[in-house]
Amino acid sequence: MSRLSRKILTDIVLYAGLILISIFMILPFVWMLSTSFKLPRDIFGFPPRLIPENSTLNNYTYIFQEKNLLRILFNTIIIALASTLLSLFFTTLGGYGFAKFEFPGKKILFALLLATMIIPGAVMMVPSFVIMRELGWVDKFWALIVPGAASAFGIFFFRQYISTINNELMDAARIDGASEFGIFWRIILPIIAPGMISLGLIFFMGSWNNYLGPLIYLKSPENWTITLAINSMSGGAGLTRWGEQMAMSVISLIPLLIIFLIFQRRFAEGITAGAVKG
Amino acid sequence: MTRAQKRLLPDEPKASSPSRWQRIKKARWAYTFISPFYFLFAIFGLYPMVLSLYLSFTRWKGVGPMEFAGLINFGLIPKDKVFWQSMANGVILFFLYVPIMLFLALALAVILNSGRVKGFRFFRTLIFLPFITNMVAAGFAFRILLEKQNGLFNVLLKYAGLATIPWLENVWWARISLSLLILWAWLGYNMVIMLAGLQTIPRDLTEAAQVDGASPVQAFFHITVPLMRPVILFCMITSTIGSFGLFAEVSTLTGGGPVNATITPLIRIYNLAFRSYQFGYASALAYTFFALIFILTIIQFRLNQERE
Repeated sequence: MSRLSRKILTDIVLYAGLILISIFMILPFVWMLSTSFKLPRDIFGFPPRLIPENSTLNNYTYIFQEKNLLRILFNTIIIALASTLLSLFFTTLGGYGFAKFEFPGKKILFALLLATMIIPGAVMMVPSFVIMRELGWVDKFWALIVPGAASAFGIFFFRQYISTINNELMDAARIDGASEFGIFWRIILPIIAPGMISLGLIFFMGSWNNYLGPLIYLKSPENWTITLAINSMSGGAGLTRWGEQMAMSVISLIPLLIIFLIFQRRFAEGITAGAVKG
Repeated sequence: MTRAQKRLLPDEPKASSPSRWQRIKKARWAYTFISPFYFLFAIFGLYPMVLSLYLSFTRWKGVGPMEFAGLINFGLIPKDKVFWQSMANGVILFFLYVPIMLFLALALAVILNSGRVKGFRFFRTLIFLPFITNMVAAGFAFRILLEKQNGLFNVLLKYAGLATIPWLENVWWARISLSLLILWAWLGYNMVIMLAGLQTIPRDLTEAAQVDGASPVQAFFHITVPLMRPVILFCMITSTIGSFGLFAEVSTLTGGGPVNATITPLIRIYNLAFRSYQFGYASALAYTFFALIFILTIIQFRLNQERE
């Protein structure tokens, strides 16, 4: 085989593989969307159709009217935004403390912080619930916002990020009489804004997609987040409202999809930071 | 603490003269800045862990009096067939999807990184999309695709003249279906990590090997894979912990069945605590699970070191 034909052959194999994988990746989304416009009898009808014969908006009106979609979205957004902002505040502050100060006990305190990262959530499930009940936080958004607000991973991330900043900037501000918190707020935060977007996206996504947390803490339907709402539409054999469920699923994806497409590069940065450097 | 640090301890009182106190006072801002983590960890981390340890020695329904039970809970664990089944499922799942996922992720990363493929960004975005999807939506969408009668997968098999597959009704097929869902969800994440890892490898190395007559496939196995070992190890360990800690994926796709074939330790613990209200036993099981995962992670580290 000549060199050229071999190159063409490899290219064909490569593209075929990539396209096959891409189809597998996109198929569940496409099917979700398609199902959300189908009538109940068509969902498992034969043959399966990508574009429904009798398309309907019933599924969307149902979740809007019967499943309190706006309230669900409001809850999910409030929880995700609050935990993202609070997490960003505490983790940048902590990262700054570890990156730019020397103090007795620093090494041990940092080692302790890293060690907490290996504790799996499973161990905490039962006692956390007991504590939230004592605090009166069951069925309250606080239960999902506060506990993770100073994540060790976030502090670790920002310590790395902030340690690359030149000390002269801070020293100059100190001479000008700026307070320590003022230095953090007015000098450090603007510099690390790109990193805050990266990690903020990860925090937001984690909260938006969280299922186990809301499942344990949020009891009354008016406090549910979107993952609980999707799950609530499934039942035993024959009782699942597939069309409505997929409509709710489609809506659960849209905000993250938009954010992801806008901030794709920042997103990848937040994800790889822990893995490759750490 | 390392041994060297321990030896330094006796000297510390000397350092805690006024100068040490002054250093602490001077650093009061630093302590303030890092304090939120330790406050929150004390309340929502340390306290629950201690409480959980205490609970594991009691019999408690979540309300009413706690009854001290000594080691009874821990004595029940060896006989807990469902729990050991869930641990075994974790191991089986690991072998079903981790090797193929990591291989595909690395291969895709190398292909996309080589600049040989047009539309690099397009493919990367597509493959990464499932990662931002919540697993409740994904799990149910897969259930529709894998439906026995007229689900898309089985209809395609019928068109191809093949037998249909009981995707969710058979023990092994249910595990394979779950693996498919996990592969779908996590391939992009692992690929992005591998891509970042590849950027730290000098490109000249693989190019030089190919100039010396190595095929791209040889260069992949003899140069890229060994250099990427730390990144692969990271992906492997996170996948291991991940496959024991699956929750939403399993509860939506298979519900843990058929006959507990896909139940995970996390679901077992959740069911014990929040469905049958055995808070004491669930706590004992959670601690046992933590210990087992910890050992498993260390073994993986050791095995990797030995190979090097």
